[in-house]
Amino acid sequence: MSATATLPPAAMLLDSEEGSQYLEISMGPHHPSTHGVFRMNVVLDGETVIKLKPVFGYLHRNHEKIAENETYLGSMPYTDRLDYFCSLTNNWGYALAVEKLAGIEVPERAEYIRVITAELTRLQNHASLVGFLMQDMGASGTPLMYAFREREKILDLFEALTGARMMCNYMRFGGCRCDLPAGWLDWAKKVVASFPKFLDEFETLLVGNEIIMARTQGVGVLSRELAISAGITGPMLRASGVNYDLRKVDKYGIYDRFSFRVPLGDHGDVYDRYMMRLLEMRESLKILEQAMKDIPEGPFTDPKTKVRNFRPKPGEAYGRIEAPKGELGYYLISDGSPNPYRYRVRPPSLINLTVLEDMCLGRNVADVVITLGSVDIVLGEVDR
Amino acid sequence: MVGSGILKGLAETARNFVGSYASEERMTTVEYPEEKLPRIEASRNFPFLVFDGDDWHAGMRCVSCQICEKECPPKCIYIEKSTDKKPDAVGKLQNYPARFDIDISVCMSCQICVEVCPFDAIKMDNAFEYFATDRFGDLVLDKQKLSRSNEYYHQIHPTEAANVDAELAAARAKAAPKPAAPAAAAAAPAVAKPAAAPEVTASTANKPAANDPAKESNG
Ligand code: SF4
Ligand code: SF4
Repeated sequence: MSATATLPPAAMLLDSEEGSQYLEISMGPHHPSTHGVFRMNVVLDGETVIKLKPVFGYLHRNHEKIAENETYLGSMPYTDRLDYFCSLTNNWGYALAVEKLAGIEVPERAEYIRVITAELTRLQNHASLVGFLMQDMGASGTPLMYAFREREKILDLFEALTGARMMCNYMRFGGCRCDLPAGWLDWAKKVVASFPKFLDEFETLLVGNEIIMARTQGVGVLSRELAISAGITGPMLRASGVNYDLRKVDKYGIYDRFSFRVPLGDHGDVYDRYMMRLLEMRESLKILEQAMKDIPEGPFTDPKTKVRNFRPKPGEAYGRIEAPKGELGYYLISDGSPNPYRYRVRPPSLINLTVLEDMCLGRNVADVVITLGSVDIVLGEVDR
Repeated sequence: MVGSGILKGLAETARNFVGSYASEERMTTVEYPEEKLPRIEASRNFPFLVFDGDDWHAGMRCVSCQICEKECPPKCIYIEKSTDKKPDAVGKLQNYPARFDIDISVCMSCQICVEVCPFDAIKMDNAFEYFATDRFGDLVLDKQKLSRSNEYYHQIHPTEAANVDAELAAARAKAAPKPAAPAAAAAAPAVAKPAAAPEVTASTANKPAANDPAKESNG
């Protein structure tokens, strides 16, 4: 087994103790199932996985070091590029950390706008995740394209609000960059109102499907204990039955004002993680409806916060939010200069990925693919 | 019954397929090069420099204060200050950029330059149909290639441009009692003559195609 320490060619044979041979294959970094440039070195005994070593860093671009050399505002567009599916929640996490650091108050309306954009982000992230998961299982195209059709509507909303579909760069310290444009809220209400129809359709399409049940139930099981001790967060943790959602625990922003439930899984398998996404979308819709009803008039940003020459007083802060993939945290140390002394991101998908081997041992390669798919990783965030 | 879930799913697919012929809602794609969706007003791509009036150089609003150069996160703006001065948008004598380059292959369209510019001189374009064959000749845009008229700005971002014009008009009114000579260059934008944007090599789309500025953006 020691031969696995060095990087092997794409496939090689290793001698086992009993005289038979193990096959070590390198899945990725350009494998279509790995959701980006991610590589797994998998050692197989026949079809069974006996060892799995994730190899990442192909998309490493020094995010944290760049941020330490940028002004506080200058890092905001870079946070878009962490989890590029969810730039608005990334923005929010970072803005929250800086607001804690500098003691900035966020006006009411801005908090509502943040909740609305974050929940829309969650909708489109989960919709595309279930689409991709189906794609990994071999349901080529159809579910994914249905999911993308819905996601497209939300991206159009983002574009009209922030100017960009994915790299939104929208939130600012103390609020948001601009107010909702005229007619945006009604348009968003329409999109949200049509979303349950898509979810119903999606559920008829797939939830009762026998092949999906056979492929996902009991596969990639993550026990409650392991999930907690490995620091897993987000839908993956809740699929293992742990009731932990930062929107309820921390009540950051104004989440204490909305009534919504936190769906919990039971078995911690791929099926539960898949259902978790579908159920969370329904809860997000509830939050969205309430937020869009209650949103007050008022300023969209704190007028006292400067855009340029922003220097928080020395200190440290950790801001965390429930991003669609889990707990997204930013840790900042300020030394009073225009750029942070230390900037650290706690990326949920990297930490959720650490239990991949435990979930895959003893299963076969096809299960590895869907287990990875159900973790919901984005390599921009894993590698930073 | 085993298989009923699959059959239900297939029925759903069939409904979507047939529905795409009947309902707008299910048929969401367009045949792109022939048919284009209206551009969303807020959308942004690369920055451009705004000028008032007909002469891109005389009307250039940028006073080369170099704030955007300093704040641009990937540092893709390069500015050299002029040694002489010319009247700016409100009629004050100011420096102008002797050189103003943006490397749009580095630019990440973040709009921070627009946010920090105190003179409303740099704005975001939303043309997206670019091609280039030469890394430096085509993708490093100089100040002439970056210049667009205020009318063009009005075409692509009507709401925002109207606000900016109102602000500038207020600033001009404040500056007016002083000698009137430089105000001539600044007074021009009131005329709604569609001045063409200067020739741009790397762009096939410096005129927005069939874009009705009055339209609500709900593509
Ligand atoms: S574009 Fe604006 S910020 Fe940049 S140099 Fe010109 S005036 Fe200054
Ligand atoms: S849009 Fe951003 S990256 Fe591009 S020139 Fe402006 S500040 Fe720089």
